[in-house]
Amino acid sequence: MKKRRITFFDVILLLLMIGVIIITLYPFLNILAISLNDATDTARGGIHIFPRQFTLANYQEIFGGNANLFSAFGMSVLRTVVGTLTGILASSMLAYTLSRRDFVFNAPISLILVLTMFISGGLIPEYMLIRDLGLMNNFLVYILPMLLSAFNVIVIRSFMDNIPIALTESAKIDGANDFTIFWKIIIPLSLPVIATVSLFLAVGQWNSWFDTYLYARGNANLSTLQYELMKILDNTNVSSGSVTSANAEVIARQTNPQSIQMAITIIATVPILLVYPFLQRYFVTGLTLGAVKS
Amino acid sequence: MSKNLAPATPPNMPVTPTIRQKGKKEKGMQRIPGQKNFWQRLKNQKALILMSLPFVIWLIVFRYIPVFGWTMAFQDYKPQNTFFEQEWVGFKHFKDLFNEPTFYRALENTLGMGILGLIFGTLAAITFALLLNELRFTKFKKLTQTISYLPHFVSWVIVANIVTTMLSVSGPVNGFLEMIGLIDTPINFMANPNMFWGIVTAAEVWKSTGWNAIIYFAAMAGTDPQLYEAAKVDGASRWRQMWHITLPSIRPVIIVLLILNIGNLINIGFEKQMLLGNNIVAERALVIDLYALNYGIGMFRYSFGTAIGIFKSVISVILILIANGFARKVGEGRVF
Repeated sequence: MKKRRITFFDVILLLLMIGVIIITLYPFLNILAISLNDATDTARGGIHIFPRQFTLANYQEIFGGNANLFSAFGMSVLRTVVGTLTGILASSMLAYTLSRRDFVFNAPISLILVLTMFISGGLIPEYMLIRDLGLMNNFLVYILPMLLSAFNVIVIRSFMDNIPIALTESAKIDGANDFTIFWKIIIPLSLPVIATVSLFLAVGQWNSWFDTYLYARGNANLSTLQYELMKILDNTNVSSGSVTSANAEVIARQTNPQSIQMAITIIATVPILLVYPFLQRYFVTGLTLGAVKS
Repeated sequence: MSKNLAPATPPNMPVTPTIRQKGKKEKGMQRIPGQKNFWQRLKNQKALILMSLPFVIWLIVFRYIPVFGWTMAFQDYKPQNTFFEQEWVGFKHFKDLFNEPTFYRALENTLGMGILGLIFGTLAAITFALLLNELRFTKFKKLTQTISYLPHFVSWVIVANIVTTMLSVSGPVNGFLEMIGLIDTPINFMANPNMFWGIVTAAEVWKSTGWNAIIYFAAMAGTDPQLYEAAKVDGASRWRQMWHITLPSIRPVIIVLLILNIGNLINIGFEKQMLLGNNIVAERALVIDLYALNYGIGMFRYSFGTAIGIFKSVISVILILIANGFARKVGEGRVF
């Protein structure tokens, strides 16, 4: 390919895009710098992207000093792990049965599934359901309501549709039943789509805060990092000690709520930062899928 | 049917083996269960039924029972009563709703922020996709795109934290405005009701532009390169190529997304408003979902809250039909 001349237009574009990158990244870097800076020094202001008086005290507070925050971190991890595992197992199992064209109930189940993309009961009826099922202040409220999504099932199914049928046929001749085929053949062959959907489920679980707020705030053990962050944010009066704990005074001496807030923000962001570059593929899959279906 | 399929496939096509095997399989499948009756097939597929049954139950419980809950809006719902003991009141809760001034404020806020978000969100995403598409340096282009959709994946809690930090009185935005001499005293952004819509819109644009641009960017990749060649021969500048070739080529995508987004104008949710709002800006932050939450759950007016939800769904359907009809009338692409 012949090399084109770099024009004035290209330079302007380049500068604009650098501007976009700065606007996107600066807030994260700023918060990282504040979280790594001495709390009393931060109050003087003027921190940009480098800490002025480097300290890990704010992080030590979360992982050592404050039992509530550490338990919230643990709960965030737990719900992410359990929610992702159960979610992916449920979605791929249902997806497999729907990828079997010969399955007697294929059509009705597909209809029941797809309809859920267009109808929803809304906030209050869902709240009543959770309450009637006795899921309030119960760990299962993080897992059960999010078990399946029609979109995920359809994405996985369309991947499974492309697995050569001969593979399952020969296994059947060898006497394998449908469950063995699913577990030993379909799952290993579907790993790429399972990995991407899992990442999406994990991001969704990690980022959830509203279910804690609505269904689990009566049980302090079920608090998550996102919910703790939300509480700090909600508490506009900073001096009243928004880090809710018995040892709030201890915290006030070494750190301050703002610095803790920044440290939690960073801890809640890092896992996302690690996985999100892998997620674009899923979107493209969903996109082409939508095009085919319509 | 499958009998005809296999021989009809050209033997030299690379896809042939799969198609043949598929045909063979279907034939096999048809031979056995086709001759057996329904009950025999049912017996053979016990494992499949066991694998799907729990999730069918799940779908009914978690997705369909809440829809049945819509009946609450037409009752004076009391949690201690069974369904048959509830008192039916017709459209009473809807009438109450339409007589409530707070409801109109919530509606205004919802549509206001919805429309602002739609206009600026769409403009920002298209502009960003256009500029990115023109960028020459391939590696840098990829890097920019990857960075641009990072904010989409962090939660609104984190974004709200970022926004309040950036906009705080001693924060970077105030610092920057003071530095360039635009203001003398810092602005308390978060405590000004008149700025709330704008702040929510800006936060939305910051969070979603990169992600929303992906779909436009993908559509631009499908533009016929010959069009650009022809334009170059005619002496069109890059700017004019963007305006007269790239943009028109993604017009169908823009229209379809606009229609879908107009249908969702009222479904803007409550996360941003709940997390960014405070008592001072409450009158500008109250959106329909927050209103339903406060009244329906906070004040135990379950029937009233459900009526709000139904109202929202009805408006949503009306909006999408209007948008679709309009697109059809002006002869553009449409969703259905």
